[in-house]
Amino acid sequence: MVAQKKGGGARVSEDAEEQSRQRLQAILLADSFATKFRPVTLERPKVLLPIVNVPMIDYTLAWLESAGIEEVFVFCCAHSMQVIEYLENSEWYSHPNLVVRTIESHKSISAGDALRYMYEQQTETSQILGDFVLVSGDTVSNMPLADLIQEHRERKKKDEKAIMTMVIKKSKSSSLTHQSRLGTDQLFIAVDPLTKQLLHYEEDKIDLAKGSVCLEKSLLDGNPSVLLFNDIQDCYIDICSPEVLSLFEDNFDYQQLRRHFVKGVLVDDIMGYKIFTHEIHSSYAARIDNFRSYDTVSKDIIQRWTYPYVPDINFSGNRPLKLGRQGTYRACDAVQSRSADVGASTVIGYGTKIGNGDIILNSVIGNGCSIGSNVVIEGSYIWNNVTIEDGCEIRNAIVCDGVKIRAGAVLQPGVVLSFNVVVGRDFVVPAYSKVSLLQQPTTEDSDEELEYAESSSGAVDHSSGVNLQIESKASELGPDGAGYIWEVCEGAHDEEWKHSVAPIPKDKLAEITQAIDDDDTEDESVLPPSGELKSDADSINTDVNDPNDDYYYFEKEVEGTFLRAIDENIKVDLVTLEINSLRLSFNMESADCAGAVFYSMMKQAVDTPHNSASELYRNASSIMGKWKELLGFYVKKIDEQIEVIMKFEEMCQESPKELGPVFTQILHFLYEKDVLQEDAILRWAEEKAGADEADKVYLKQCEKFIQWLKEASEEEDEDDEEEDS
Amino acid sequence: MPDVQSMVVEFVNKLRKRKIEGSQATAKYTVELLRSVISQHRVPHANQAAALIDAVKAVGEQLVAANPVELAVGNVVRRVLHIIREEDLSLTTAAMAGLDLLDASDDDDEDNCKGIGYPAMSAAVVAAARSTLRPPSLQTLLEGTPESATVPYTSSSGADSESKSKSADKSSITRKLKHDVIEGVNQLIHEIAGCHEQIAEQAIEHIHQNEVILTLGSSRTVLEFLCAAKEKKRSFRVFVAEGAPRYQGHLLAKELVARGLQTTVITDSAVFAMISRVNMVIIGAHAVMANGGVIGPVGVNMAALAAQKHAVPFVVLAGSHKLCPLYPHNPEVLLNELRSPSELLDFGEFSDCLDFGAGSGSPLLQVVNPTFDYVPPNLVSLFITDTGGHNPSYMYRLIADYYSADDLVM
Repeated sequence: MVAQKKGGGARVSEDAEEQSRQRLQAILLADSFATKFRPVTLERPKVLLPIVNVPMIDYTLAWLESAGIEEVFVFCCAHSMQVIEYLENSEWYSHPNLVVRTIESHKSISAGDALRYMYEQQTETSQILGDFVLVSGDTVSNMPLADLIQEHRERKKKDEKAIMTMVIKKSKSSSLTHQSRLGTDQLFIAVDPLTKQLLHYEEDKIDLAKGSVCLEKSLLDGNPSVLLFNDIQDCYIDICSPEVLSLFEDNFDYQQLRRHFVKGVLVDDIMGYKIFTHEIHSSYAARIDNFRSYDTVSKDIIQRWTYPYVPDINFSGNRPLKLGRQGTYRACDAVQSRSADVGASTVIGYGTKIGNGDIILNSVIGNGCSIGSNVVIEGSYIWNNVTIEDGCEIRNAIVCDGVKIRAGAVLQPGVVLSFNVVVGRDFVVPAYSKVSLLQQPTTEDSDEELEYAESSSGAVDHSSGVNLQIESKASELGPDGAGYIWEVCEGAHDEEWKHSVAPIPKDKLAEITQAIDDDDTEDESVLPPSGELKSDADSINTDVNDPNDDYYYFEKEVEGTFLRAIDENIKVDLVTLEINSLRLSFNMESADCAGAVFYSMMKQAVDTPHNSASELYRNASSIMGKWKELLGFYVKKIDEQIEVIMKFEEMCQESPKELGPVFTQILHFLYEKDVLQEDAILRWAEEKAGADEADKVYLKQCEKFIQWLKEASEEEDEDDEEEDS
Repeated sequence: MPDVQSMVVEFVNKLRKRKIEGSQATAKYTVELLRSVISQHRVPHANQAAALIDAVKAVGEQLVAANPVELAVGNVVRRVLHIIREEDLSLTTAAMAGLDLLDASDDDDEDNCKGIGYPAMSAAVVAAARSTLRPPSLQTLLEGTPESATVPYTSSSGADSESKSKSADKSSITRKLKHDVIEGVNQLIHEIAGCHEQIAEQAIEHIHQNEVILTLGSSRTVLEFLCAAKEKKRSFRVFVAEGAPRYQGHLLAKELVARGLQTTVITDSAVFAMISRVNMVIIGAHAVMANGGVIGPVGVNMAALAAQKHAVPFVVLAGSHKLCPLYPHNPEVLLNELRSPSELLDFGEFSDCLDFGAGSGSPLLQVVNPTFDYVPPNLVSLFITDTGGHNPSYMYRLIADYYSADDLVM
C-alpha cells in the first residue's frame, strides 16, 4: 500500500479518489484542555510555547511531516487566532508535502468536544477519509508512523472492531521515575501478549492507592494469558479509525481521551470495540503535559534523543544553533563575556548577550535576551527578549518572553514568570510561585481552557472561591515590580512540587522512595506470582501504602490467635508455629511479633475484669507467667526486648489510667521472669533520655528501678573486675 | 516539469530531516536538481554566466545550509559552478578569437556562421586559457587574448565553432553557454553515476590472490570494488568490522556473502587484534578533504592507526564528488554530526539515569554518538578515485582541477 501511495504521489494525474483514500491524515489538537501551564497559557496557547527555543507545535508538525502524514487538521480552541496566525506565517502553510488545515471551535472545552466537533464537520464535508493519527500539539517524537498505520489497517481489515492503536513506550518500572521524569502518575495496563490488545488501563492514582489493582474476572476468562505492565509510558499517540469519532458522538459524556474514552471502550462489551497497543523501542515519544515534563523533554532534546529534531538541525524554519562541547548549543551571534561560565547542556539563542562572571548551567536561553553580570542561572528556561540585570539568581525557573528581572532579584526553584512580568530590585520570588500580569481568574470557566476533575492539579478549582485582595498591585513583586503572584490553596501546595520544573525536594523524594520500598517488601507476600497473571514488572503496583495498616492487621491476627490459644488451651509450640506463619504472610520482623504477642497478652490482662491496679497487675502477671515461654520465644534479642518495652509504653500512653500505674511493676515482673534483660531496659532508658518531656513520663516512673539496675550492673562489673584481677 | 522551487524545497526538507543519506545519492540528487535549475533559469542578455552562477549559488547555499555535514552537496554545487565558469571562459575565449577573425572577414552573418569553418574554439584554446588564466578573471582574460588568439589559426579541429559578430553575438552565446553548461552537468551526472564502475575497474590491480582485506562499515563503492575483484576470479577473504552503533557492516557482510565472497564479521574493537592477518584495509570515505585527510564512518581512525602500526596499506576509495576543496581546520566545515543516543542505549532501560527530577536536576548520563571520524592524511597510503590511484599529497592538485578558487567560499 505504501508503494502504491508513492506511485500515486509521483503521477499527478492519478485517480483522485484512489489518492485520497490512501492519504495519511492526522488530527492535531492544538489545545491541552488543561490548566497545568497556567498562568502562561492565559496569554499564549500551549502549543506555541517554545521548547528549546522552538514552538512545540513545530516539533509535532515536523515529525508528522517526516513520518509521511500528508494532511493535518489543526484543531484550535483557546487562543485560536494566535495559532492560526502563527501557522499562516510559518512555512507549514506552504509546505509541499503536508497540507495544514486549521479548524476553529470556541465551544469545545475538552478533547471529547473537539472530536465531536470534528465529527459534525465530517458529516458535512467528509474530510477524514480513513484512519487518522490523533495527537496533541505538545507531542515531541521521532517515531516512524507508516508501518504502524499499515499495521493498524491490516488489523482493521481482519477485525472490524479494532478501532484504535495506542503507542506505548517502556520506561523504568518505578513510580519514582514516572513522577520525576514526566510528572505523571503511574500507569498500569494489561495487555494480551499475543494480540497486543489492551485489556485494562489504569492511570488514576486514587485506585492505585489501595495497594491493589482490580482486574475483572472476565478478563482472565477470555484470555489464556495477560501481561501486566507498570513500567509503560503512554505516548498519547493514537492511530484511530473513523469509528472513534462516531463513538465520541454517541457517547456525549466522553470528555477525556484516556479517562473516558479508553476506559469506556474497554468496559463496554456490547459494541465489542478493541484497542491495541504498539510498543516503540528505539524512537522517542513524549508529551509535554506539565512543567516537569517540559523540563524533562527539553533535556531529552538537548541530549539528542529526539534526533533529527535537535537544535543544531534546521527542521522547521528554526535557525540552527552550533553544537559545541559537552552538549552546549550556541547561536553564532551570541555575545558571551570571557569571564562567563557557560556549563554543559546549555542552549543560547540568537542575539543574546551574556555578561561578566555569569554562571549558566543546564539552562535554555532564548533569543534576544540580555543578561547582566554576575548572574547565576541554573536549570532554568529563559524565553525570548528577557532582561536580567546584575547579580540575579535564577534556579529552576521558567521565565517567559519580555520579563524584566531587576538587579539582585532571586527566583527560587519552581518559579514561573509569565509574559512581561517585572521583578523588583532585590525581590525574592518564593519557591513554586506563579507570577503573571493577569489576575488569577476567580471563577472556573472564565477562560476557554478548562480543568477537568484533575485531582492532582486542582489549584484553580480550589481557589475559585478565594477572592484576591490585591490593592497593593505593584508592590507584589517589590516596589518597582509588576505582576500578581497567584494564590495557591493549601491543598494544592503539596502537589505543587510534582509538576514544577524544579527537581523534587529531598524530603519528598525520600517519601516516595520510602513508599516504594514498602511496596517492594509487601508485594512479595500480598501478590504471589500466579500462573495466569504473568507479571513482568518486578513490583505490581502502588504509590502510597501505609505500612502501619499492615501492622495493625497483623496485631489483630496475633491477638485472635492468642485468644484462641487461651480458650482452647493450645500448646505453646503450636501457637508459635501459627504466629510464625502469620509473620511470614504479613512479612513482619520478629521484633514486630514480640510487640504483637506482648500486646495481645496485655490486652487480655486489661480485658479481664479487674477493680484495681493491683488486680490488673495480678492478671497480667498470671497471664505472662503462664505464657512466659511464648513471649520468651520472641524476645530473645535485645532489639526485640526494646520493642516490647516500647510497645508497652505505647499501650500505657493509649490508656494511661489503667496501665499507667502498673508500668514499673510489670516491667519489674518481666525482668524477674528473665523475659527482659537489664541491657534492654537500660538501652531503652538511654534512648528515651533524649526524648520530649511528655514521652518521659514512664521513664520517670521507673527511674528508681533503672537506678537499681544500673547499680546492680556496676556491682557486677566490679565483681567481674575483681575476679579478673 | 515540476516547479524548480518546489523541487528545491522538497530536497532541502529531505536533507534537513536527514531523510536522504549517503554521499552518492545526495550528490546525484543535487546535480540533477542543479541541472533543472540551470535549464529553467531565464538568462539575461548581459553577463549570462554571472547570472547562472548566482542562481546556482543561491540554491546551493540553501542546500548546504540544510545539511552542512553532507559535504557532497557543497562539492557538487562547486563543481557545477566550475563548469559554468569553464564554459563561459571557453566561450569568451572563442569570442575573442572570433573577434580577431572578424577583423579579417568582416561581413560574416551570425546565422550562417556555423560550418563556415573558422575553427575558433578548440580544445587547445581552452587548454591554453586554463593554463594561463587561472584563476580566470576578465582582466587576465583580456590580457591573454593576443597570444591565445593566435592558436585557432594553427589548430585544425573542425569541430563546432562559432564566430560572432560584434552586434549579435550575445544571444547566441547565451544559448550556447546554457547548452554547454547543461552538457557539462550531464557529464558530471554521468561521472557520479559511473564512479563505482570506474573505481571497481581498478580492483584487479590492487587485490591479489589469497589476500585478506579488512573493511569497516558499509560502503557501496567498497562492495563494488570487492565484487569486481571477485568477478575477475581473484580469491580472497574479507574481514568486515561491524561498524557500531549502526552496524552497517552487517549489511555489507550479507551483500558480500550473497555475491559469494568469503566473509568474516568482527567487532570494531577486534580490529587491532585481527590487523596482523590483514594484507590491506579498504575503506569507503564520506569525504576527502583538500589536505588528503579522510572523513569516514566512526571507528575508521582506529583502524587506520592499527594499520599503520602493522604497516598494512590503508586504501581509501572515493568518487570524485567526494573530493572537498576545503581544509578540515576551516571553521566553516562541519566535520561531524551527533546522532540520537537511542542507537547506543535503550531508552526504556536507561530512563532512570535520565531522571532530571531527582537529585541536582542535571543529567549525570551523557551519550555521545558521532557519525564520522577523521583520518589524517599521513595514515592514508592510497586514494583510489575514478581517475586512478593518488597519493594523499596529490589531492590538492586534483581539487584544483575540479574546482575554481572563486567558489571555495560560497
